[in-house]
Amino acid sequence: MKPFLKFFAPLALVAWGSILFSGCNKGSSSKKGELVLWHWMTDREEALQQLADQYQKQTGIKVRLELYAPSDSYASRVRAAAQTNTLPDIYGILGESRDLASFINSGHVANLQEALAEKNEGWQKQLFPKALATNTFKPGNQHKVPPGVYGVPIDVTNIQMIYNKDLFKQAGLDPDHPPLTWNAFLDAWHKLKAAHIPGLVSGWGETWMIDCFASNYAFNIMGEEKVMDTFRGKVPYTDPDWVRVLALFDQIHREGLLVSGVVTMVNKTAEQTFANGKAAFAFNGSWCVNVYKGMNPDLSFSTMLPPKLSDKNPMRIWGGAGSSFMVNAKSSQRDEAIQFLKWLTDAPQQVLLSKETSNLPSNRAAVGQLPPSLASFASQMDATTHPSQWAVTEQPTVTEALDKGIQSILVGEKTPEEVAAEVDALKKQQSSK
Amino acid sequence: MDSSTPKTVSSASANPSPSRPVSGFQFQILMYRVQRYTTLVFAHLFCLMVAAACLFPLIWMVSSSLKTQSTIFSDMSIWVKHPHWENYYWAWTRGNFSRYFFNSLFYTAVVVVGVIVISSLAAYAFSRLKFPGRNVLFILLISTMMIPIPGSFIALYVLLVKLSLIDTRLGYVLPQINGGLALGIFLLKTFFDKLPQDLEDAARIDGCNKFQVYLHVAMPLAKPAVAVLAVFNALAVWNEYLLANLVLSNRTLMPLQRGLMVFQGSHITQYPLLMAGIAISIVPILTLYFLMQRYIVAGITAGALKM
Amino acid sequence: MTWPRLRDLLTTYLFVAPAIILFLVFSLIPFLKVFQLSVFEWDGISSHMQFVWLNNFRTALFRDTSWWISMRNAGVITLLALSVQNFLALVLGLIVDREIKGKNFYRVVFYIPPVLSGIVVGLVWNWIFDGSHGLLNHALTTIHLGQWTRAWLADPKTAIYGIAVIHMWKGFGWGFVILLAGLQAIPRELNEAARVDGASEWYIFSRITVPLMMPVFFLVSILTVLGTMQIYDIIVSTTNGGPGYHTEVPITRILAAMVGSSRFGYACALGILFGIILLAVSMVQMRLSKWSARFS
Repeated sequence: MKPFLKFFAPLALVAWGSILFSGCNKGSSSKKGELVLWHWMTDREEALQQLADQYQKQTGIKVRLELYAPSDSYASRVRAAAQTNTLPDIYGILGESRDLASFINSGHVANLQEALAEKNEGWQKQLFPKALATNTFKPGNQHKVPPGVYGVPIDVTNIQMIYNKDLFKQAGLDPDHPPLTWNAFLDAWHKLKAAHIPGLVSGWGETWMIDCFASNYAFNIMGEEKVMDTFRGKVPYTDPDWVRVLALFDQIHREGLLVSGVVTMVNKTAEQTFANGKAAFAFNGSWCVNVYKGMNPDLSFSTMLPPKLSDKNPMRIWGGAGSSFMVNAKSSQRDEAIQFLKWLTDAPQQVLLSKETSNLPSNRAAVGQLPPSLASFASQMDATTHPSQWAVTEQPTVTEALDKGIQSILVGEKTPEEVAAEVDALKKQQSSK
Repeated sequence: MDSSTPKTVSSASANPSPSRPVSGFQFQILMYRVQRYTTLVFAHLFCLMVAAACLFPLIWMVSSSLKTQSTIFSDMSIWVKHPHWENYYWAWTRGNFSRYFFNSLFYTAVVVVGVIVISSLAAYAFSRLKFPGRNVLFILLISTMMIPIPGSFIALYVLLVKLSLIDTRLGYVLPQINGGLALGIFLLKTFFDKLPQDLEDAARIDGCNKFQVYLHVAMPLAKPAVAVLAVFNALAVWNEYLLANLVLSNRTLMPLQRGLMVFQGSHITQYPLLMAGIAISIVPILTLYFLMQRYIVAGITAGALKM
Repeated sequence: MTWPRLRDLLTTYLFVAPAIILFLVFSLIPFLKVFQLSVFEWDGISSHMQFVWLNNFRTALFRDTSWWISMRNAGVITLLALSVQNFLALVLGLIVDREIKGKNFYRVVFYIPPVLSGIVVGLVWNWIFDGSHGLLNHALTTIHLGQWTRAWLADPKTAIYGIAVIHMWKGFGWGFVILLAGLQAIPRELNEAARVDGASEWYIFSRITVPLMMPVFFLVSILTVLGTMQIYDIIVSTTNGGPGYHTEVPITRILAAMVGSSRFGYACALGILFGIILLAVSMVQMRLSKWSARFS
């Protein structure tokens, strides 16, 4: 025992001593003239710090950044802090619109409507309407939130199809004219397949990306109103239109369109695959520009909307605010916090953020200076939609069953009809409660 | 030794003279040796296979840490032609390791010592002393091991705020010591249960009180278990990150894992730097294990234990 | 009670006092809070909670099929870990316990998998099991078993076993270390005396090693059950519970309820249910251990 103690005892003594004398230093409660901001964006830490320093130089107000990553653990911290009213002046809320609604209804989020509308809507006009919409609650919304805007977007994003131009050329396809309809898409795939080029890759192990793809086509096949009616319980999932959406995945499975293992693949792996030229198509968000650039600077790619299946309704892709900041309604420095966010979303700051991090800026004036690969994403902002902007959203358990069911279809385990029946049964069970 | 006795067995078989016919006894020895040798070869082959499976990811990690972001997943070779050793420098500086490293060493030492002291005291009482409520308390304590409560983070946060332990080193350390207790008590009790009663009685007769028996008789004999505990808890604390994120906000208090987070953005992961960072971070933990395994395998010295 | 006896008892309680105090503050209080939340419908954020009696438990027990699928999946992995992983750990422990060359090397190397970060484990094993460029498929094709190739972690038939392999690979080092410590605590003279008496290796193993190791075996088996039932990291870095529900485990379900669908009260109920099940299993194991001790 003795040599063992010799090894540990001095270390431990010093350690215990310093614990006892370390005293209390209060964490996030901010002093006057200092704003505290919590975020989870590891990759933007440096750029944000740079901006915060600039802001202090200009105004004398210090903004203390506190980073909690990864995002899951950030979300836990924010939820826990909400229970003790120890949220900082500025923070972001991760989650779906019902989570945001819950924070608002508990009085943790300030309504920014007035500040945005001030001086002839000066601030509001600078920002992408779609980005603001993500944090907006309209009158009569399903969560009973007082109407208003509750968050400031610092970037925007959307999710599209991306294709590899070199692989297109290899298969004898025209890299400047990607397929626009589902049938043309399948024809292109047959050519790629004949040239032994793998097809589509996406992070469908993360079910929300399946959900995104499925709802793109649900909007295209049956239109927004019918999708909403399904969520309201007026249209069953066994409706032929929904079975058609599910049958699409069955077709994907039969055609062998997916790169092997996509059903359980996380998006980061999917990005590696596409960046290394091991797939012709990717279904991915605008952040991918930066990811691909890092992994393969020579990759030549372009974007397209998911090919249309029906001409009845327009194709809608998911998009909106990428990351948003909220102002703590209980903060004693609300106005200062709002002023900082106003400054942060002003064109010069947005240009810097966008340049440093290759994200789409939320300020419209900053878009002009984008590289072409990003600009092609920005140009489709008008085609976007997002669950946070829908009149109603589906119950999460039903959404999960649908997404998991689609995974089962993709591995050939279940038929579209079976999944439709299962989801419908769950939906009815949930509504009857 | 009497020089007139016949040659010892070992030397006889060590120099087998081919001129003489092999006696039955010698044949037996030979067979025994062949058998022993083949089992040894198989044992080694088996161990080497398992060792290869264990080493492979480590080697892959180190080789990846020497590549660049664009070659890491396109060039899958293990041997790197143009190693980027500077990745280690960047990992260390950009991950702010010099600060976090010290913090982690500190937390690890405190938690490990805390767990060992507190759990060995309790385990000794549960194993060797009699008191009312012994079984109930024991079950209660080790049941913490069985009930993982993912939802308890809110309760823990509220508690730490009330105790003004939020954002303090103590607030980070105490829950971790508590987390290590169940395993510690369980493991040490298993070892204390095996202690022979007469050894303890002898010490008592010599005038030792309970505490002295614990310190001078029980603890030295449980050395392998203590070493195992040290290794397990050190690893747990060294890799801990979620609690740090919940309890700490001051950057200067954060542990090493925080440094690794820098390389894992929500969208972009800088794999080579991350691999270099992880490689750096596991060196101390493997070193500790290397030092500790001496105690794990030191065994019980002859005569101390009669089971 | 006389004063010396009382003093004796008090000093005994001093031994357990630090552990009890920490337990009360950092385990019992959060546990009671979780217990309280489990009878509410609450999203984890709002100030409004609705008391729903034992409805959460009823839903978990009778209506949530995905929960029971996840329990079954964890059970399958646990049974595999109990048998295969612990057998491997024991064999390696027995070999390294001997005087063989390079044992120090082996001892350190076998502890590498537990030390490796989940990120590395995920990356490497995803590569091994990958459908198009995986090492395993490559090896199978080389030895002309090309028809067996598949995306191992995306195939409903193999996904759970793939996870089990990764888990056992990462976990056997723990068992190895504890078993080795136990083996080392067996006095050498016992084995040697038996050997001098002409006992066979099998005799020594079954009559000396096994009975003396019984408590350690049970310790390791309980730790294996607890550790495997709570498997989580590996799932997140490989399959995320898919395809479908084939690799969902209890912890991923609890988190899905808590974060994925904001049913905090329900997640707490699942956590408590899970705890009770684990406690029951451990109790059975402890009974078994006491019962078998009578025969050795």
